[in-house]
Amino acid sequence: MADHAVVADDEVDLSRRKFLTRATIATGAVGAAFAAVPFIESWSPSERARAQGAPTEVDLTKLEPGQMVTPVWRRSPIYVVRRTPDMVARIAGHDAELKDPESKSSVQPPYATNALRSRTEEFLVLVGTCTHLGCLPKQRFAQGELYPTWPGGFFCPCHGSRFDLAGRVFDGSPASINLRVPPYSYPNPGTLLVGVDEKGIA
Amino acid sequence: MAVKTASGAPAALPAGAEAPAKRGFWAWLNRRMPIEEFVATQVTGYYAPKNFNIWYFFGSLAGLVLVLQLFSGIYLTMFYKVGEATSFDSVEYIMREVDYGWLIRYLHSTGASAFFIVVYLHMYRALLYGSYRAPRELLWLLGMCIYLALMAEAFMGYVLPWGNMSFWGAQVIVNLFGTIPGIGPGLVEWIRGDYGIADATLNRFFALHVALLPLALLLLVALHLVALRQTGSNNPDGIEIKAKLGPDGHPLDGVPFHPYYTVKDVVGIGVFAVLFAIVVFFVPTLGGLFLEAPNFEPANPLSTPEHIAPVWYFTPYYAILRAVPDQRLGALLMLLAVSAFIFLPWLDRSPVKSIRYKGWMSRGALTLFSVSFVALGYLGLQPAEGLYVMLARIFTVIYFLFFLLMPFYTRLEPVKPVPERVTYHAH
Amino acid sequence: MRTDRIVAALLAALLAAAAAHAAEEGAGAPAAAGAPEAAKLGADWASWHANTNVTDMPSVQRGARNFVSYCLGCHGLKYERWSRLGQDLSIPPDLLEKELLPPGDKGTEYIMTSMPAKDAETWFGKAPPDLTLMARARGRNYLYQFLKTFYVDPGKQTGANNLRLPATAMPHVLSELEGLKRPVFRDVMTRGEGGKFSHEQVFDHFEMIAPGRLSAAEYDGFVRDTVNFLDYVSEPTQAARRALGVWVVLFLLVFTWLAWLVKREYWKDVH
Repeated sequence: MADHAVVADDEVDLSRRKFLTRATIATGAVGAAFAAVPFIESWSPSERARAQGAPTEVDLTKLEPGQMVTPVWRRSPIYVVRRTPDMVARIAGHDAELKDPESKSSVQPPYATNALRSRTEEFLVLVGTCTHLGCLPKQRFAQGELYPTWPGGFFCPCHGSRFDLAGRVFDGSPASINLRVPPYSYPNPGTLLVGVDEKGIA
Repeated sequence: MAVKTASGAPAALPAGAEAPAKRGFWAWLNRRMPIEEFVATQVTGYYAPKNFNIWYFFGSLAGLVLVLQLFSGIYLTMFYKVGEATSFDSVEYIMREVDYGWLIRYLHSTGASAFFIVVYLHMYRALLYGSYRAPRELLWLLGMCIYLALMAEAFMGYVLPWGNMSFWGAQVIVNLFGTIPGIGPGLVEWIRGDYGIADATLNRFFALHVALLPLALLLLVALHLVALRQTGSNNPDGIEIKAKLGPDGHPLDGVPFHPYYTVKDVVGIGVFAVLFAIVVFFVPTLGGLFLEAPNFEPANPLSTPEHIAPVWYFTPYYAILRAVPDQRLGALLMLLAVSAFIFLPWLDRSPVKSIRYKGWMSRGALTLFSVSFVALGYLGLQPAEGLYVMLARIFTVIYFLFFLLMPFYTRLEPVKPVPERVTYHAH
Repeated sequence: MRTDRIVAALLAALLAAAAAHAAEEGAGAPAAAGAPEAAKLGADWASWHANTNVTDMPSVQRGARNFVSYCLGCHGLKYERWSRLGQDLSIPPDLLEKELLPPGDKGTEYIMTSMPAKDAETWFGKAPPDLTLMARARGRNYLYQFLKTFYVDPGKQTGANNLRLPATAMPHVLSELEGLKRPVFRDVMTRGEGGKFSHEQVFDHFEMIAPGRLSAAEYDGFVRDTVNFLDYVSEPTQAARRALGVWVVLFLLVFTWLAWLVKREYWKDVH
């Protein structure tokens, strides 16, 4: 029996020891990464949140021209505006004052990537949270309501971002992209479904 | 240095040795916080007896389970909603609607039982090898405090899902305090905060379960480790390795905790994790032992479950409580049964520590005690009737005789000679 | 050291025990006791096993249909959503809406009974319990035995009684399927206190008195499917849990084996 408990054995294969140690540590690290998955995943929207975030139905027949309703979809107010022909006309003509007139860097489904940012001329559907920091822009639909050349649109009270009647952001606003357009569809002419389109449920 | 480790890594620094001057972030850090020194003195420089056997895995496993319970518990509080009207529903919400919520919940519920399994085995190791004896009395007492805190923690945690067993378990246990002469009834009302187990009770149990008791547990575990560091570990031979030092000042029969016991403990953790995962993924209720069936029905103050039994880790004491035909005496005996362990360091008068060298009386006594403890645990799960009560009474007597007679049989019996050095056979 | 061998043996033993337990608890256990067409119908009812398999998807689907047709009128599943049911049981949304969803209910809602609890209490004396967790609280065998031991009892307001839950408030809603059966009692002499003999009526077996729409075997299948569905509903994640568990355990075995190799290498130093 050796006098001391720990003695380096000449026959010890150091490279084998090193390899095995590393392999075990690597396996342990992989295991730890897998073990983290359930805890990380548990934070994503639960079945309940997903159920509450189901598509929202809006009855369009009761919406008067020039009026707006704000149903809630996925915890955000949705701005649904029934634009008059006059309002539609006021969308054109100020492209030079806009940051992203063709909505190239903004967020909207392909069917809303156009000047009116909507499926039809009449109805505008927007996510009603400012793309700057999430406040709710106020409706300022009347011409000249903010200043003489104001064509009508939305004004955010928090930091003064301005958007036109297609939700496009004006130069000089702190927001840098247009108001978002959610996926939506019309199952029948009088009904709007927010949160579902040809691609299915968002 | 006489100790050469074949790992090729920097060998242990003897306590107080100057670390070679280094540069860079690591050195910057170490000038401000003694990380390297801590490792050198407490990990690679901490010598543990080389003859640890399987019983020595359960200390590190208890630490592992503590971390698991803290972590899974914190995650459960992110989804759990305490309250008479919400608790039960929120647990089902976790089980069904939170992604992987079922896994987090099963980890926590299985962890509770696993905690007691490893702690009971850890304590049993101390009984086997006399680890409670001088100079480790304080280490043992701190361990007992951990055990008591753990029991409170587990009991309150069991109430939180607000199932019918939660409710009636709380009812029975809280009413135990009512047996205290004089102040009993008032005390029970004060604990409940209402005239029955109610929302107020649930709410305060939640606070204690998730904040106060975990903090107390962490503190006690830290103190337990500090005390362990002072005396060093006992070992299966029950002899002090510090009595035989080598020329380098380290115990001849000790090995540096790191790497030798870290690599060994990892194996223990692996085996434990396999068994744990089998329960979590394949039998999370373990046939009603880890999660009781009546607890899948919401708390109902108007209907006691037909057969009410605590979770398995309390059943030995529960059996003692029921074995006594007098309410006050039963509660008192139960309290004594839990606290009897506290007196072990002074009850054991044997000249040797380890069961290996104790005589036949100690061996017989410990065997009978083990049988009694397990049998009482089984009986506590059975209905309190007929033969079961009779058996529970017999085993209760044996349980207490183990403690009461210890000063006598440990002194009277002949003991075997204790070796100079620890018993160890290399592979 | 012997320790390693002890650990290995312990592990093997526990693995075997757990496997045995799992087999007993769940999937694919071979049909054991309780062939309903035993010589004496129902004589051995207390030992009947449900023997359901929650991964048998067609069976769970039939059970869902049974539940909606026969149970949902009085019992809800308040923790289970229709959409979740459709997803887990691979029922496409349009089929779910057409075949199972009560008119007016939304797919994302919980499965609730349309019967108001207040009315139920006046009719039955107590509100029919929610069944989401019943399979966990009472066990599958309990549900199976309950649904198969209804009998005609003219003394009861509902005209029916039950062996598993005597004096149950629930009427035998499945009698049109199962038919009606009457219990045959046996006279048993028991020696009571003081050595006095007394006669007692003990259940012996059932006797069919009117056939139902289903044969005995079909009704047995109907009940098993329904119990299987209730087992699924009591823990919708259970199939996923077992499937994931296999990988976790395999991974941990590999890790433990590696760790053991490392331990063995290092402990070569220790003499």
